[in-house]
Amino acid sequence: MATIEEQTPRVEFVSGERIARSGGFTGLHARLLHYWPYRWSVAWVQRRGLSPRAAVILVPFGWLLLFFLAPFLIVLKISFSEIRMAIPPYAPLVELVDGIYLTITLNIENYQLLWEDSLYWRSYVNSLWIAATSTLLALLIGYPIAYGMARAPRQWRSMLLMMVILPFWTSFLIRVYAWIGILKQEGLLNLVLMHLGLISEPLEILYTDIAVYVGIVYSYLPFMVLPLYANLEKMDPDLLESAQDLGCTPLKAFWVVTMPLSLPGIVAGCFLVFIPAVGEFVIPDLLGGADTLMIGKTLWTEFFANRDWPLSSAVAVVLLTLLIVPIVIFQKIQEKNPDL
Amino acid sequence: MNKRMSWFNLGSLVAGFGFLYAPIVILIIYSFNDSRLVTVWGGFSTRWYSELLQNESILDAAWVTLRVAFLSSTVAVVLGTMAALLLARFGRFPGRTLFSGMIYAPLVMPDVIIGLSLLLMFVALAWDRGFMTITLAHITFSMCYVAVVVQSRLISVDQSIEEAAMDLGCPPGRTFFVITLPIIAPALVSGWLLSFTLSLDDLVIASFVSGPGATTLPMKIYSQVRLGVTPEINAVSTILVGIVATGVLAASLISRRQEMTRRQDEQLAAAAP
Repeated sequence: MATIEEQTPRVEFVSGERIARSGGFTGLHARLLHYWPYRWSVAWVQRRGLSPRAAVILVPFGWLLLFFLAPFLIVLKISFSEIRMAIPPYAPLVELVDGIYLTITLNIENYQLLWEDSLYWRSYVNSLWIAATSTLLALLIGYPIAYGMARAPRQWRSMLLMMVILPFWTSFLIRVYAWIGILKQEGLLNLVLMHLGLISEPLEILYTDIAVYVGIVYSYLPFMVLPLYANLEKMDPDLLESAQDLGCTPLKAFWVVTMPLSLPGIVAGCFLVFIPAVGEFVIPDLLGGADTLMIGKTLWTEFFANRDWPLSSAVAVVLLTLLIVPIVIFQKIQEKNPDL
Repeated sequence: MNKRMSWFNLGSLVAGFGFLYAPIVILIIYSFNDSRLVTVWGGFSTRWYSELLQNESILDAAWVTLRVAFLSSTVAVVLGTMAALLLARFGRFPGRTLFSGMIYAPLVMPDVIIGLSLLLMFVALAWDRGFMTITLAHITFSMCYVAVVVQSRLISVDQSIEEAAMDLGCPPGRTFFVITLPIIAPALVSGWLLSFTLSLDDLVIASFVSGPGATTLPMKIYSQVRLGVTPEINAVSTILVGIVATGVLAASLISRRQEMTRRQDEQLAAAAP
């Protein structure tokens, strides 16, 4: 008898409440045991055993299904429900009325509102516009940097690469925050410009769209430079020389030879900047003004200030639909050459 | 002509790196400013650092953040490595497209969507939110980054070494631990560091999935920044930047040294008769 009891999992005998509060992965396991898919798979594993091969397939796959795909389905579901003054603040889609009738309510009002209220579609259009403009600016600034790095002496290159990556590792929030002190009315930029006599009174940059452009370009510049550099570095400099030997001016040689060859790097860099910029929240919130409409900020306000969970779910669903095409294209590019 | 081009290149490098580093350098300088007014220089002092040490709420937030980052990046490395193996070594399996989609999507998905969807799931499951939910959320997106980093390393590994070990009777699991793991170890280290900094950095997802009990450092910084620029935040930022910069530099030095010894070994092996 004792041996059987030792073999059964101990977790179930300990009070679930205490473990749940204690946190940690035993607590997680205890909580997950409440849900049948998890319970069944645990039972299956205990009965049949888990070969290492099956574990490598099931564990990451199951994790992403649980914590990535399932949440999206829930967002989709809640976007079709009605707001309600309760906890949680939305009405269930499937309901038993008087314990007899099963009613299914699909509420498309949230989506109607997104279409009718100009606040929402203007946020979407504005986000796409700001992201596209910043991507172009990042390309214009990033290309010369990547080009200069690729043409730098070989012994410098790994150090330069390191220097591009380093800001990317330091906190995003802090890098955005640093610009507040520079751009604000009595900030460093205005101080320097006034001192040089270039302007007579301080420019208003912070809390305008310009500050948002600066923030996005600054934060995502490494994403643009890295794929461009990876591409330009592999390019054979002899190609340029032969173009010039054949009578091309340097500028023409650049347009005819370098530019077309670096197109894959340009495309990858642009996607890497554009996609995250569309849904950006921190930059428009900290640097932009009250009238800077970006969809990430709208979603945040809808959720945290107005506490309208169904509507913010609908905003998220539409945002994802807008991004799905660029994301799929990007994934194809990534799978083809993962080193970009 | 060559000379002129290189002047242009040098100029764009200097301007570009100036743009990348000036804001951080200015932030660091002003963290040593004695004046409370952030724009007026009042002389060098470290008073904001000592005030920081007495600020309980910031220290608490930092401790929560470090624990979340440590736990989530460690689990993410294990899960991410499994995912990378699945992508790089298992060929076709049912659901491969779905799986690789789920690996690449979080890399480009807006944070607000990930945060909202995870929160709604935690609410639907009626889990209490706090330390645990933040950690779970961070594991989920970090493991995707680890998977991509480790996968690109796995692809570059010469598979014939693994095959040779298995031909000699080594079971696949053991082959992984004895042969593959030591080769891909640098990728695991950089994957861990990447996860750690991503977790240290995350504001949006943590704000969604956190509960009343758990405030992370970025959440704390964000709420202070909304009230205005303060020297304490400059000091916290400087410390964070310092830690990350030291970590990244150390990691790159170590990996470079390893690379050099590996190359020497290879040369010796090639020179041996």
